[in-house]
This record gives sequence, C-alpha cells and structure tokens, in this order.
Amino acid sequence: MTGIYIHVPFCLRKCLYCSFYSLRYDEERARRYTETICRNISSYKGRAIGADTVYFGGGTPSLLSAGQVSKILDCCADTFVLSSPEVTLEANPGTADVQKLRDLRSAGVGRLSFGIQSASDERLKMLGRAHRFDEGQNAVIQAYSAGFEHISCDVMLGLCAGGGELEETIKKITELPIDHVSAYMLKREEGTPFAGKQYDELVADEELLCEEYLSCVRLLAERGFEQYEISNFALNSHARSKHNLKYWHGEEYLGFGPAAHSFFDGVRYCCPEDLDSFINSPLQQQTVLERDPDRGEEYLMLGLRLTEGIRLEKVGELFSGRGEERVRRLARELCRAGYAEMSGDRLSLLPEGFLISNTIICELIDAASG
Amino acid sequence: MDPNKIRNFCIIAHIDHGKSTLADRILELTDTVELREMEDQLLDNMDIERERGITIKARAVRMNYHADDGETYIFNLIDTPGHVDFNYEVSRSLAACEGAILIVDASQGIEAQTLANTYLAIEHDLEVLPVINKIDLPSADPERACDEVENVIGIPAMDAPRISAKMGTNIKEVLERVVSDIPCPKGDDAAPLKALIFDSYYDQYKGVIIYVRVKEGHVKTGDVIRLMAAETEFQTVEIGYMGAKELVPTGELHAGEVGYIAASIKDIGDTRVGDTVTNAARPCAEPLPGYKKVNPMVFSGIYPADGAKYGDLRDALEKLMLNDASLSFEPETSVALGFGFRCGFLGLLHMEIIQERLEREYNLDLITTAPSVIYKVTMTSGEVRYIDNPTNYPDPGSISQAEEPVVNAHIYTPSEFVGNIMELCQDRRGSFADMQYIDENRVDLHYILPLNEIVYDFFDALKSRTRGYASFDYELKGYAPSKLVKLDVLLNGEIVDALSFIVHEEKAYARGRRLTEKLKENIPRQLFEVPVQAAIGGKIIARETIKALRKDVLAKCYGGDITRKKKLLEKQKEGKKRMRQLGTVAVPQEAFMSVLKLDD
Repeated sequence: MTGIYIHVPFCLRKCLYCSFYSLRYDEERARRYTETICRNISSYKGRAIGADTVYFGGGTPSLLSAGQVSKILDCCADTFVLSSPEVTLEANPGTADVQKLRDLRSAGVGRLSFGIQSASDERLKMLGRAHRFDEGQNAVIQAYSAGFEHISCDVMLGLCAGGGELEETIKKITELPIDHVSAYMLKREEGTPFAGKQYDELVADEELLCEEYLSCVRLLAERGFEQYEISNFALNSHARSKHNLKYWHGEEYLGFGPAAHSFFDGVRYCCPEDLDSFINSPLQQQTVLERDPDRGEEYLMLGLRLTEGIRLEKVGELFSGRGEERVRRLARELCRAGYAEMSGDRLSLLPEGFLISNTIICELIDAASG
Repeated sequence: MDPNKIRNFCIIAHIDHGKSTLADRILELTDTVELREMEDQLLDNMDIERERGITIKARAVRMNYHADDGETYIFNLIDTPGHVDFNYEVSRSLAACEGAILIVDASQGIEAQTLANTYLAIEHDLEVLPVINKIDLPSADPERACDEVENVIGIPAMDAPRISAKMGTNIKEVLERVVSDIPCPKGDDAAPLKALIFDSYYDQYKGVIIYVRVKEGHVKTGDVIRLMAAETEFQTVEIGYMGAKELVPTGELHAGEVGYIAASIKDIGDTRVGDTVTNAARPCAEPLPGYKKVNPMVFSGIYPADGAKYGDLRDALEKLMLNDASLSFEPETSVALGFGFRCGFLGLLHMEIIQERLEREYNLDLITTAPSVIYKVTMTSGEVRYIDNPTNYPDPGSISQAEEPVVNAHIYTPSEFVGNIMELCQDRRGSFADMQYIDENRVDLHYILPLNEIVYDFFDALKSRTRGYASFDYELKGYAPSKLVKLDVLLNGEIVDALSFIVHEEKAYARGRRLTEKLKENIPRQLFEVPVQAAIGGKIIARETIKALRKDVLAKCYGGDITRKKKLLEKQKEGKKRMRQLGTVAVPQEAFMSVLKLDD
C-alpha cells in the first residue's frame, strides 16, 4: 500500500528555527495550488494504485480551507484505491475554529497534529510561534469536541528549559485528549535566524539536550506514551502514525507539492522547492535523488529509528551475509554498553543509543559490509 | 679564461634580510636573465623554499658583469642552505668561494643566524663584504648596522654599500665591490685536476649532474674522472656552466671556475658533497681537505595514510633520494600502521622538508611516527645492537647497558640570554662544557647534549627563549651511557606500536602524562569509552579517558525526506575514512602528528 503525502507550503509567518520550504499564505495562490495538486494527483488515474494513508504536511496545512482539503481528498479517492485511509493534517493553533474543524472531520480527516511545542509562552515567543499555550490547549480541546479521536502534539526539546519546564510542558499536554506526541530536538539549521549568535545562550548545550531527551522519554512513558520511534510516542499501537511508519519501513509513498519527496517504483525523488514553477507546470517536475537505493543501508538507517528495531538475519540477507557475524558481535557490545537491547533476533536501540544513532548505524554498516 | 676576471662568492643573510631579492637584482643587472623572464626570487625554485624563505639545496649561477674599469668579469654566485641540519653542505659551498656578501638589515642589525655562517666563512678564509640592505625602510639606521658589524664581527664596515635590493638602489656599487674586494681564484691550471663537489642532483636524461669548483687543473669532455672518496670512475659526457635558467655546455672547465659535470652517473650516492674530483689518468696526490660522509641522525617511520598508497610512497621516496643523498629509507611494518618505511634524516628540518615534499609534490597523505635517534644497546650476552626503531628496543631485563648519542652543541648568543639558555640546556639533560666571550656582548656556550633531546623542538625552544637571537650548531660527539626506557602507549588496553618511543627515565613520567593528554585531545569520542594509557614495561604511568560519545547530530526525516539523514551518514563515513582503525579505536592522523609536538 502506498502513502500519499501532500506538502502545503504556506504559513502565516515563518518560525525562527524553521528550514523547511514555506511561503506566506495568500488566498489566490492557495486556490491555484489546490487545483495543481488535484491535477497532479489525477495524473495517476487508471493505474489502480492502492493507498491507505494521506498526510497533509507543511508549512501549515490547516491554512487550507476545509473545502480545499475536501477537494484534494475527493481527488485522491477518485484516483487511488483507498481502503479506510488514515488521513492526517498538521495544524497550528489559531488557524481553525470549531466549525472548520468539524468540516475537516466530515471531509475525511481523522487525525490532527498540532504544533504546540511548549507550555511556556516565553519559549513560544522565542521560537517565533504565532500562538500562546492556552490557544494551543483550546485548539486541541475544540478538535476533540469536533470528533477527532486521534490528536498528536509536537514538543520541542533543547529550549534551554531546565527548572522543570520540560516536565511542565509534558504534564500539561498529556492532560489534553491526545494519543500521540512527537518530540523533536531543536536543531540550529544554517540560514535560519536561530543559527545566529544571539541564540547561543538561549538553546541548550549538548549535555542538557541529552538530558532533556532522556527525561522526555521517561516522562512520556510514565504517562502511558510508549516510544515507538526515535522522536515519536503513542498511547497505544492504533495511535501510531501509520503514514510516518511507511518511511521507516521502507515502503512506498507519493509526494505532491513543492518540496514533497517520493519513494516509488524503487526511485527516490523530490519536487523542486518552487511554488510558482509548481503552479505553472502541467505536472510537477521531479528530481531523481537515488535509483535503487542500497536496501541494506536503508534498512539499518531507517529501521533503527524504530523501537521495534531490525532483524539481524535480515541484515545478513541484505548484505549477502558478508558481515553478519561482525554485526552480531557489535550488537552484543552495544547491548553491554546500554545503547541497545536484543529480543530474539531483533536489535533495537534504547534512548541512550538513539542519541548516537548516526555513529551506531555507520559502525553497523561497516561491520555488515565486511 | 683569465682567472683574474673570475669572482666566486656567496651571500650570507638572516631569513628575510633580502638574500634572494639581492640575488635577483644581481641577475637582472648582469643581464643574466631578461626582465620579462624574471620571476621573483629566482634562485629558490622549490615551492617550499619560497614559502619558508629558506634555501634547502645549494645552487649556483654564472653571470657576466661589465665593470666600470671596462673589463668583463665572470661572477659565480653560489647560494647556500642556511640551517644547522645542512651545516656541512654550507661549509662545502663556502669552500667553493673566495668571498661572501654579508647582508645586514639596516633596521634590525646583525642577527644570530648570520653570525654562525659568517664565522664559518671567516674560518674558510673568505673575504667578507658587508652590505647594508633595506635602507628604504623608515626605521632604517645604516650607521648603527655598520657599527654592529664592526663590533660584533670585527670587520671594517663604514664604507659598506647601503642598498635597497627591493627598490634596486645602489646594486651597482655592490657589484663593483665584488670586483675590487673579493679576490680572484688562485690555482695552477697545469696541475693535476682537483675539484670540489658542492652539490649534485639527478637529471632523468643525463644522470647525476655534479656541481664543482675547480681548484687546480682542468677537465674536458671525454676525460675519465675519479671521485676520490667514493673510489669510482666515470667518463665525462658533458661539461659546462650554470646559466640562470639552464646548463650551458662549454666542453671544459679550468682552475678557478665553477661549473657542472655530467658523466652518466646513475647513483647519487656516488657523488657525495665534499668529495674531490680528479683525473683518473693523472690524479692529484691529496684530496681536498674536509670531506666527511654525512650520516642520518634522526629516524622516523613514514606510512601512507591510505595503505593502498604504499607503492606510490616507495616510488616517491626513490625519486627524492635521487636528488638527496642524505636521505635513506628501508621498508618496515607496524601493527598499527601497516606497511611503511623507516627513513633517516640529517635533522628535524630535513625530516619536515622531506615529509612536505612527499605530500605536496607526490600528493601523498602521510602518517609520521615520533623521530628517534640510534641507540646503542649492549645485551647481557655481550652482543651490541643499534636500535633506530623503538619497536625493536629489547626487553629491559636483557640489557646490560644502554647508550645514547650525544652531541657537542655550540650556541652563539647575546650574553643577556645566557641564563635562559642554560636553563633550557639543563632541562634537556645537557652538561655544561665551557663558555667563551666572542666579544663583550656575545658568547659561545658549549654544552654536551643528548641528541634525542634536540631532535624534537630544541631549535624552536631556543629561538623563543632568545627572541630569535641565538644560533645553534652541533656535531656528533659519540655515545654515552644513559638510563633509557621504552614508553608504550595503550589505546583501549592494546599497545599501539607506532606511538612507542624511547626516553630518559627521568623524563618518562612527564612525557607520558603529556602524551596521554594530547591523545585525548586529538582522538574524537567513540561509541565506547577509550582508556589512553602510557606504560613502561607493563607498568602504567599515566592514564586519561576519552569519554564515550554522548550524542551525534540527529536529522529529521520529515515528510519522507531522508536525504538529510543520508548526507549525515555520508559525512560520518568520510570522517571515518580519514582515520586509522586501531583495534576498536579510530584514530585520526592529527593524533599521530600531535605526539610529535609535545612541548607546545
């Protein structure tokens, strides 16, 4: 089953740390954007592609009107063979009132992901977010009353919180009617205001960031949110993001919109980050990133993001058995050092291991390549 | 060629005092090089020489000068290396001349480095012609500079030409003084051939080209020559003089002349600097005095950073050796570094230069082990072993006596720095021999120093303690018994053979501590904690711990975009490639380098 990703590149304003592709919202452009998305989706008509997830990511997808979202979803239903799809839409507090939330629910959206980030208004201001925390709380409660059973909240780590602030944030958001949390570490991307020196003091150093990550995992677990991916936590297995799991499982997905990525028919490609050219082209351009990517490397790289981990036997198969023994030896050392655990044939990283997953993945690829 | 019309001279100067610039001006003024061909600092034609402002190889060039007296003179300018590592070569270059131009910076006055070479020149009976340079500088004080020359060196300098080599001011006066002050060569052209080799290099078409100064007699193409110390004979195929840009064949060289001989010589080892060339059929009775065979004093392992480049490294060393008879090498293997070469050098600068040339001219990435000297070890069995590689140092239990090479070191310095220098020499286990006043301000400090204390960074330490005023010269004295120990380095509990070195017992603890600290600084955090230990024969004397990696860069795989993550992994892999895997520890090249500079 394929996943459908729709990149909605509009925002009311750009957050100070954000390096993703987004532009100022404009009604006319949003209208033309929606038409172009539908045109692109329809081009897959007649191929009987089965799909079971649709994900509106951004940007701020909740800036689209319920009608526009509905139109895109209708187009998907018209094009793909949809079987009770999980439909997620990312939303920012203050961009959807109760009526709009109800309309989105009726249109078929079943899951909302709110960019709450922090319970501290001071931090939210520092990040350049457009909302206060109480507005975030209201948005979640309204969404729940509008009929959304699956709601996720984003939390930002590394805001130099300390002093129980992170704990406060987690406590407050988990009291809301949500079943999913994504916790991302603040990364100071080059070219964003946050890379500037004036923010040096305002962000956590490496040690504090590590502590925050580890306590975040612990605090969420205490409240019933089980970690299933390096940055994702769910109240139960139904609450996991089916769409995002496709990425980690190496499954196919089709991306629509500028800056959207796809993995389809064994090719990884993306649409250029250019809204105007997207709108003005009959069909979106695709830049091929990789053909037939190395399945072994991807299995390690993506699979180790999940707490379900990887099967060592499969690693052996994918690397033609060359370094399976070395991989097993390294796995034992990783377990001994407290970075990972084995259950049966499965190796999975523990929170301490997630923190250094790049290094671990590289070592495992090295070991497996023989 | 009338010997009365020949002038053979060299230029002595402190670094940056304008030796190469003056040489360029002289070449220009004698029309040896046309202006459009002029490239700044023509004589120093190796990149390294230009950048470091030093001369590594001796060089010579012949010029025609039309003097004010209406006559045309032949000038042979012989450029000399200026570093203590190449001291012997300097002395041979000086022996090829009758005079030396001494350049003194008008704003800085006479400096230490100049002094040693000036004394060397006076020792060789050279006429020293002082020249005051850089008079164009606002801070120039030519009178004071002249005073200094008279007081310190004791030669008249009041009428020394005051010039600016950079601006081309008064260069003509220098040339006139060369004609009037520097004696013409003397030597019987009819006597048996007696010529001094002062340099040689390998030409891929002609074989070894030797640079000679004919002292007596003459030589022409076709003659069979004999190299007296090497005890080899060759038939000459080309003879001539050195033009600024190329060799100019003339078919013969006479007493007093400077030129080159090509004789299809394959091995540069046959053409030692300082050897005497004579005619095989009519040899001279005695060779020229002063020849000695130069032996490598400092050894270190050189390994390709990428093991696959071993063959390339061997080829490069072979090529360098064609031009550098003082370089020696033989294959060695290291558990940590794989296949490489044990190389012998004249000194630390020589080592650095070879390393740099290998990296630049042959595009190699190298790992160099700590420099070592040759230790003499008498075993309990009575057997005597010479050890130039710490890896081969015998077990302490089987040694009855260990000896290390010591040198006679002379340090010329303004007297105000004597205290600082004595402190330094004491610290380097030196023993004071004597001290002589050269004049009221300058002394010659004589110390006996272990060679292994000066191969690292003695020259740098000396310069920093004397604001660059002291100069330093040494010669091997012999071996002296010493309490030596082999210091091993363990990473994660395993000895890294390439990091072992031999050190005096008293210094072992300090060195071990410094070494482990340096390694800790230079080895990045790894997956697991890595203990770094220094040990003497199994006893740990220092320990540091490289903590385990805590966090690496996390990349979001947002919206199915896994390219950022892939890029990070690629970067990580690249970083890993630049490291040596020693057991479970990845060690970057810089870590090996940092061990060489422990006293920073």
